[in-house]
Amino acid sequence: MTAHWTFKTSQPLNAAIALAQTYLPNMPHAAAQGVPTAVRRGAHVQVDGVQHRYPGMAQNCLEHLNFQVESGQIVALVGRSGCGKSTLLHLIAGLMQPGAGGVYIDGNRVRSTCPRWVVMFQAPSLFPWMTVSQNAALGLRFAGRKAEIQRRIPALLEMVGLTAFAERNVQDLSGGQQQRVALARSLATQPDLLLLDEPFSALDAFTRRALQQDVRRIAKDLGLTVVLVTHDITEAAIMADRALIMAPDPGRIVTDTMLDPGPDRHRDSPAFEAERARLATLFEATA
Amino acid sequence: MTDAAYTQSGTARADAQDARMAALKGWARSVAIGTLGLGILGALWALGGWYIAQTPGMRAFSQLAPVPTFERLWVMIQRGEIWSMSAPSLYRVGWGLGVAIVIGVPMGILIGRLPWLRDLSNAPFQLLRMISPLSWMPIAVMAFATWDSAIIFLIVVAAVWPIMFATAAGVRRIDPAWLKVSRNLGANPLHQLVYVILPAIAQDILTGIRLALGIAWVVLVPAEYLGVSSGLGFAINDARDSLDYARLGATVLVIGVIGYALDSLCLLAIKRFSWLRSDT
Repeated sequence: MTAHWTFKTSQPLNAAIALAQTYLPNMPHAAAQGVPTAVRRGAHVQVDGVQHRYPGMAQNCLEHLNFQVESGQIVALVGRSGCGKSTLLHLIAGLMQPGAGGVYIDGNRVRSTCPRWVVMFQAPSLFPWMTVSQNAALGLRFAGRKAEIQRRIPALLEMVGLTAFAERNVQDLSGGQQQRVALARSLATQPDLLLLDEPFSALDAFTRRALQQDVRRIAKDLGLTVVLVTHDITEAAIMADRALIMAPDPGRIVTDTMLDPGPDRHRDSPAFEAERARLATLFEATA
Repeated sequence: MTDAAYTQSGTARADAQDARMAALKGWARSVAIGTLGLGILGALWALGGWYIAQTPGMRAFSQLAPVPTFERLWVMIQRGEIWSMSAPSLYRVGWGLGVAIVIGVPMGILIGRLPWLRDLSNAPFQLLRMISPLSWMPIAVMAFATWDSAIIFLIVVAAVWPIMFATAAGVRRIDPAWLKVSRNLGANPLHQLVYVILPAIAQDILTGIRLALGIAWVVLVPAEYLGVSSGLGFAINDARDSLDYARLGATVLVIGVIGYALDSLCLLAIKRFSWLRSDT
């Protein structure tokens, strides 16, 4: 699929390539020529027999979850509200521990959070007393990698199209721009796994579509593994290589399907519409 | 530059100029209203002085009127008495407030973060808070070796509560998502304290300090009636004992002016550290 990916000569993409060339080791020269090449190996995720129940609840909110996410794959967790998608994402992130079973990233049991895997939440939750640059650099600061801030943050802000806003307070930005800052912040520590918890659901349609495409491009260019939680079928079709459809009471995976919405994933193309319709039918039948 | 760019640039300049003019007008209005308020206060003071001068049984206090007070104040300024009487008081308030901050801020953060500690401490702290600081005077005199220490203790007892409770309230209002995001980005508890909690509650802490300063400044004068021979409270007492009412009036004025200046400094600090756009 990656081989068919059409790279437009957009500013964010060129910036992503420049970022990869400059800061990621062993960046193949092909990437500099616009050839789609994963420069890092994304994380491998294994969810093994996970069950979970919140305190005081009579029933498990997640039950018998078993699946793997291959390195560099973008997987959408699709389901209706309350089916446990976000809970599952929090378990993968190490923000919570499952009642039974375990989550393994590259073979290691997840017991806490780690800068190697970061979550982008529905709200950008930026720190309003900081500038755009300071927000984006926070993960590096926490990791004690302050020397990298001066080199990495300008390139990241260029990648998300916010160079001109670097020294502005984040309260001056629109919702879409704030979510771009959150994306830059998530990518600053060079994670292997990006966990997206409905990060575009609060945005207007135009901004949402632009960000969906940009995040997919950036993730593919950097070779990231992505797990996306969404209840938007179109979003799943635009962004994901594979969809896991979840049903509620208790939350479980009922359908696992690969997505092939055409080479450019253009919303108006017949291939995209057919794949979106197939996913919608599966969703209606099972979720 | 194109015509459109020139137009845009001109519009931006005009907007900035309008904003500056609006800010200037707002400042001028604020100064005018403040001056009017002080004028009304001065008029009431003059009226009171005139009434005292006209009342046979109160003529001994006529030196408290504005003119004798300002004449005496001018003499005190020329002699350097203002600084010599204010410096010990500022030293005691500074120490008392500093100790109250050192105790109140960490305790407030702990109370805000730990529900069990909040439950445990609520009843005893509310009970202690409601005791007038001045009622600790006899105990302070017995417990501390120096008068200065006893006065500082009374200021601490008065100032610690607003700082502690304002800090705790600020911590409880912190958006939980900020803590979740910071943890997700690899923050340890010290990172969370320095980069999230303290900046998030800075304006709450400063508001608590502002309230505490007001209370400390009020408690200071009666506290300095204790055995000390310096400070504004001593000066008031001394002026009363020597029946120098013009000096007493001038000292009261000095207390008010210094208190107002300290409060204005706190307000500036709150504005400086406030990150809410509606507050700036």
